[in-house]
Amino acid sequence: MSMPFYVAPEQVMKDRAEYAQKGIARGRSLVATTYDVGIAMVAENPSRSLHKISEIYDRIAFGGVGKYNEYDQLRVAGIRHADTKGYAFSREDVDARSLANLYAQYLGNVFTHEMKPLEVEILVAELSDTENQLYHIAYEGTITDQDHFAVLGGDAETITERVAGAWQESWDLSTAIKAATAALAGPDRTLDAGDLEVATLSRGNGRRTFRRIDVEEMARLLA
Amino acid sequence: MALPLFPPERDPGPDFVGLLRLTAEGPATGGDSVAGVARELALQVPHGTTVVAMRIADGVIMAGDRRATAGNIIAHHAMEKVFPADRHSAVAIAGSAGMAMEMVRLFQVQLEHYEKVEGSILSLEGKANQLAQMVRSQLPMAMQGLAVVPLFAGYDVARGTGRIFNYDVTGGRYEDIDFQATGSGGRDARNTVKLGWRADLPLEEGLELAIRALWDAADEDSATGGPDPIRGIYPIVAVVDAQGYREVPEADVAARFGALATRLQAERAR
Repeated sequence: MSMPFYVAPEQVMKDRAEYAQKGIARGRSLVATTYDVGIAMVAENPSRSLHKISEIYDRIAFGGVGKYNEYDQLRVAGIRHADTKGYAFSREDVDARSLANLYAQYLGNVFTHEMKPLEVEILVAELSDTENQLYHIAYEGTITDQDHFAVLGGDAETITERVAGAWQESWDLSTAIKAATAALAGPDRTLDAGDLEVATLSRGNGRRTFRRIDVEEMARLLA
Repeated sequence: MALPLFPPERDPGPDFVGLLRLTAEGPATGGDSVAGVARELALQVPHGTTVVAMRIADGVIMAGDRRATAGNIIAHHAMEKVFPADRHSAVAIAGSAGMAMEMVRLFQVQLEHYEKVEGSILSLEGKANQLAQMVRSQLPMAMQGLAVVPLFAGYDVARGTGRIFNYDVTGGRYEDIDFQATGSGGRDARNTVKLGWRADLPLEEGLELAIRALWDAADEDSATGGPDPIRGIYPIVAVVDAQGYREVPEADVAARFGALATRLQAERAR
């Protein structure tokens, strides 16, 4: 019988984290920020059909970066959770916090118990009349809640600095999107409407507050 | 509640009813028959009555009275029978009220669930077929006297026209080109619509015709409620066109019924 080599738990976790971070860093980033009437989400994504940003429920949106098949599976699970909960109880009983916790538990569980961690970072955004919530959940299940803006992806630190430098309380949609786009692009590149996927959760949009912004409208907002 | 994740071979896809079955929240409109529900008991359950739908130039109009009856008793004065199914379609119900309302709720969630999971909207035909399956699943209950017969109408975005579908208790789905009415007063309402309907009916005339049809149904059928100015309860009239579903404001409906009553009084006095 062959004896497996002893590997320190610290080393196992470090290797897994490195693996996940590398996977996430291969993809493009996403910025979400509050603005005067809601929450705007901007992702660098040249695809028009493989979305990074999606609707979960009336006032809840989902954002994911990293490996598409992995975060898309989480997106669908989120819709299922929200719809079954709203159907069993009431639409107003569906909230982002419990969903974010479920995501965090699941990601944490996979990170410690499975061979391969999920190479994703996800965002659960909730629009509220009083205080908007942005829950950022990392590949190992760490959950943080942010009031103003959140950045997901490999280059998050530098992008965060750029967004923080520009961020204003209750800016309008156009200003917010321009700043988010500039932060994603950095000083050396420019991104135009075709390279971006943008959606908002906005008040005054009826029951379902989620809305995608198409390329033409995006071009107008960036102009 | 755990995160609802499934292995690929058991994944319910965009099907919300299938998802409920897997998560054991239970199918609400299941085929679970209540053994031997007596006909007399079925009569004591509130039933919704008259709903009417007609195609107009820009879409469809759907209207329903507000009465629910249990045998010869008026169970509710203000029941709603016309609902938005999604942005471009409406569903109206006649038959056993409790099960019909539950069916509508499930249908609404199903359409939205599909849209969110798939990222695209079902075709109007697809929505009509979904509803047929839900009606079909109610067949054992229908056999006991607790039938649900919905009316489904919407604006077909792909074809640019309004379309109407009606159902029988076995889930049979029939498309009506012009107009349809179901429920106990459905026949009377249909007769009125038949006399006034023409292709390319403008919205304004269509609304008048729907109001008149419900008036006549309430006049002939004791289970259909007319306008109730004392409680301020009026039938629900909805329009679905390219802009989507919208209900005609209650004050507008009230004014139209008022004008109709005045007109009928004047005709009698002549």
